[in-house]
Amino acid sequence: MPSVASKLYSDDVSLLVLLLDTNPLFWSTTSITFSQFLSHVLAFLNAVLGLNQLNQVVVIATGHSSCDYIYDSSSTSNESSGTGLPVLFGSLLEKLGDFVTKYEQLSKEEEFENGIASSLLSGSLSMALCYIQRVFRSGHLHPQPRILCLQGSPDGPEQYVAVMNSIFSAQRLMVPIDSCYIGIQNSAFLQQASYITGGVHHTPKQLDGLFQYLTTIYATDLHSRGFVQLHKPVGVDFRASCFCHKKAIDMGYICSVCLSIFCKHHKKCSTCGSIFGQSKLDVSDKKSKAPDT
Amino acid sequence: MSNQKKRLNGGEREDEDEDDAEGIGEWERAYVDDRSWEALQEDESGLLRPIDNSAIYHAQYRRRLRMLSAAAAGTRIQKGLIRYLYIVIDFSRAAAEMDFRPSRMAVMAKHVEAFIREFFDQNPLSQIGLVSIKNGVAHTLTDLGGSPETHIKALMGKLEALGDSSLQNALELVHEHLNQVPSYGHREVLILYSALCTCDPGDIMETIQKCKKSKLRCSVIGLSAEMFICKHLCQETGGLYSVAVDEVHLKDLLLEHAPPPPAIAEFAIANLIKMGFPQRAAEGSMAICSCHKEVKIGAGYMCPRCKARVCDLPTECTICGLTLVSSPHLARSYHHLFPIAPFDEVPALSSLNDNRRKLGKNCFGCQQSLIGTGNKPGPCVTCRKCKHYFCLDCDIYIHESLHNCPGCESIHRPKSVSLMEE
Repeated sequence: MPSVASKLYSDDVSLLVLLLDTNPLFWSTTSITFSQFLSHVLAFLNAVLGLNQLNQVVVIATGHSSCDYIYDSSSTSNESSGTGLPVLFGSLLEKLGDFVTKYEQLSKEEEFENGIASSLLSGSLSMALCYIQRVFRSGHLHPQPRILCLQGSPDGPEQYVAVMNSIFSAQRLMVPIDSCYIGIQNSAFLQQASYITGGVHHTPKQLDGLFQYLTTIYATDLHSRGFVQLHKPVGVDFRASCFCHKKAIDMGYICSVCLSIFCKHHKKCSTCGSIFGQSKLDVSDKKSKAPDT
Repeated sequence: MSNQKKRLNGGEREDEDEDDAEGIGEWERAYVDDRSWEALQEDESGLLRPIDNSAIYHAQYRRRLRMLSAAAAGTRIQKGLIRYLYIVIDFSRAAAEMDFRPSRMAVMAKHVEAFIREFFDQNPLSQIGLVSIKNGVAHTLTDLGGSPETHIKALMGKLEALGDSSLQNALELVHEHLNQVPSYGHREVLILYSALCTCDPGDIMETIQKCKKSKLRCSVIGLSAEMFICKHLCQETGGLYSVAVDEVHLKDLLLEHAPPPPAIAEFAIANLIKMGFPQRAAEGSMAICSCHKEVKIGAGYMCPRCKARVCDLPTECTICGLTLVSSPHLARSYHHLFPIAPFDEVPALSSLNDNRRKLGKNCFGCQQSLIGTGNKPGPCVTCRKCKHYFCLDCDIYIHESLHNCPGCESIHRPKSVSLMEE
């Protein structure tokens, strides 16, 4: 009944979209196994659902070769056929198993690939934002959405533009992106995402206590974050790196046509091919004069 | 609502603010002609069914997208990313007319404020200046600058409409200012014109030729009726001329100028611009900031060349003149350089081929069901590259705000060419 639901909608109803890293190239190198990690995550999801009757949880898997929706707590297909009681996370585990066996089988060549073993963060971020946009369209009574990235794989530089587009779109929709990084190197993408959108970023040191980190830092809904002291962002490095040497620079030169960054003065832009300091009219004049001689 | 329907049927019509011969006003005409209550329907239980605007809205959106992509013609065209834009607002006595509620002046000011915020959101490296026309003379409200708050405060400061309007004086003033701008920047003027005439001290055709020679791109948004001189100005300089029929249309026309226009290659010389990427100052450090001339503790940035402290980015260092930006500001403009292709429409009643049956049950982005009423496939769109299906709302969201196709981003590309590496 719509009137009862509107009375139950208090300020702290939240929709949590969890982006779970299932990249096998990362999970083969960690101290904690994927099944131990999953037990922490499932206990955390139960805790979030228990905080408020109307809380919703959606899980999207970020894989190495694909991304997909794994679980949606508001869909009706979670009930078991026999007794009519919801089978908690049975469908989640089943769907996750299907996803991993279908997409995450690596060919022999990929295992020896020397490149960075990154997962498709931009894909799952885009899917999460499309889902959140659908929630916003569903009427004025909706839970407050936020995104939590549980990531361990390093950043893939080819995804930079797509990840930044998603971050700016999330900033516009006022959806915070929290991030919990469990890998070895630091993730610049996730730090920037949490800083720009107003979310919380943390790198837990002891993965045995992951459940404790998750419930104390990431379970707070958006309304209560005004009263709770969470981690403040510490010195996010926003310096750019130059395109020629890939090192971080303090001062550089920007091409006015394509915004590529260089550390030294060049005659020609390597990205868009524009010649600097020469107007296009001069170039075409020279070309038309040459055949006359 | 009724105005929107009229626009779909008949194109632009002139705004009439006088009563016509029968003595009924504009607001009464909406009831007599349109009979919008007849579009309401009841469902089975007798409750009112909401009017389904989504199909009309989506058709309008597709038409606009088709016009834009036809202009781009499939090739990646250059866009002017570093823009120096002057907004000229006509505050002559015609701006006090009440055909836009509460008055043309108030509506213009409100929409220009929204435009300024949107402009700096999409073009963080560009600068805006404001000019007003009052009593036949053009005044500079603000000089070219990159801070939205300064411009909005100056605009809202004095809102009064007096005297005549002079297009030539405004163009002369803007021409003088924009001549001092560096050569790699794109020079643009956006004129919001409410008067129906212009009182000029000299030959306006000469001024227009002068602007054309200085490569100024002038666009005009008229609030009353179409004028020859505005049309001529826009045609000569390569700008856009449009006339607003109501408040909503005015806002749409204004926001069309926010994304960077296609650049005419000869207009701006490609150049390398020296910029600094400052680091955040340490927590608890004390310094006198160069913008407010006060002592500030903690949050702020340090110019890498002269070590002066600035409060906000992007800005120009007041001491040494270096442009200071951070990498997200540059990243905001990347989607203009790498736009995504529009999705293809799937005819609603197409037979369920194998691909559609496999992938087309739910929208790939938001998991909304794509099966319409009566178990028939509803309207949807598909991406050419990844062949996934999306619902109409996700189509609009992806192309207007997100600029990423979720399907294409969810495919692993081994050893892909890294376009931007940071």
